[in-house]
Amino acid sequence: MLAVIGIIVGVAVGLLLEPTLPVFLEPYLPIAIVAALDAILGAARSHLEGVFSDKVFAVSFISNVLIAGLIVFVGDQIGVGAQLSTGVVVVLGIRIFNNAAAIRRKIFHA
Amino acid sequence: MPEEPTPRRGLPTESEADQTPEPEDVAQPEAAPANPVPEPPPGARGRIMAFLRPGKGQLVVAVVLALTAMLVVLTLRSQAAAPDYSNLRRAELVQLLDNLAAETRRLEAEVRDLQTTRDELASGAEGAQVAEEEAQRRLDQLQIIAGTVPVEGPGIRIMVQDPENKVSPELLLDALEELRDAGAEVVEFNDSVRVVASTWLALDAQGRVVADDVVLEAPIMIEAIGDPATLEAGARFRGGLVSEIEGPRVGGTVEIDQLEEIAISSVVVAEENEFALPN
Repeated sequence: MLAVIGIIVGVAVGLLLEPTLPVFLEPYLPIAIVAALDAILGAARSHLEGVFSDKVFAVSFISNVLIAGLIVFVGDQIGVGAQLSTGVVVVLGIRIFNNAAAIRRKIFHA
Repeated sequence: MPEEPTPRRGLPTESEADQTPEPEDVAQPEAAPANPVPEPPPGARGRIMAFLRPGKGQLVVAVVLALTAMLVVLTLRSQAAAPDYSNLRRAELVQLLDNLAAETRRLEAEVRDLQTTRDELASGAEGAQVAEEEAQRRLDQLQIIAGTVPVEGPGIRIMVQDPENKVSPELLLDALEELRDAGAEVVEFNDSVRVVASTWLALDAQGRVVADDVVLEAPIMIEAIGDPATLEAGARFRGGLVSEIEGPRVGGTVEIDQLEEIAISSVVVAEENEFALPN
């Protein structure tokens, strides 16, 4: 229940308060979202496998987002930001598909 | 596509998942024993209990989901806010800029054209309005001169009592000329004959005075619009209307009223000219 409330609160905060992020953070938002999706799917998978831990979830979420942002940031600094962000998206996308496949097997046994 | 590993089922998938450097998956085996998940008792009842009485784990999940949802909303908002040119190539950007510059020039030219048109229309409308006012002024003037509209204004009313019926057309014509000389703009006889350029005065077979085919019955009333004092002076001067009628030859009486407002309602219907044509 808290999870549902969390989503609603997040959407509401984003819509109503319109918090303005610093401009230099904006390019990293999409990457951060992909990383967050990956962490959430990983958590769902571990929950289905019975090894879910909230601590691991929180840490992995934060570190995923931070590392993804850091990689793109470094890439921007050395002039290969576009390529590195593509790489990050590809890697995270593969992991998302992996996690999704595992979840699918757990749920549908297929 | 990650559908490739589907042929391998069960265990191979687990090992493959372990090989990938996934933070949560790597850490999971360590954390799981140390911090045993407060897994609710299996079954529908347990799930409902967990749903109604959330624990710390759900709180963490909620916070993380809230963060993610906020990020997604922010990103969608910023993506929708501005068209994104960042992923366009240089050539495309140059072309875009060229298009914008051409469009700007075209629109500026259009603005100039429209401004010119607007100025022309404004001056034209002004001129048309002036011309219309002038035309209306001339129309009013000519209508009054031609006697085709009722008029009103200050003036005098002259009542001529003529017991012996000795008032002649010549006398009335003289009086009319004197009134005109005194500035009468509109003159009317007996509330029925509007005096205009073509008005004539004569005697009929019975010796009565006729103006424009209308017999002027006594008492004859002459109404004139103009400056009342001047008009009365024009009627009263020695040898004028009053002295002629009150003299021994006619033996009548004249009564002159200066009025602030005289309404002259009789009009002349302009007839089509048969012979005279504008040059």
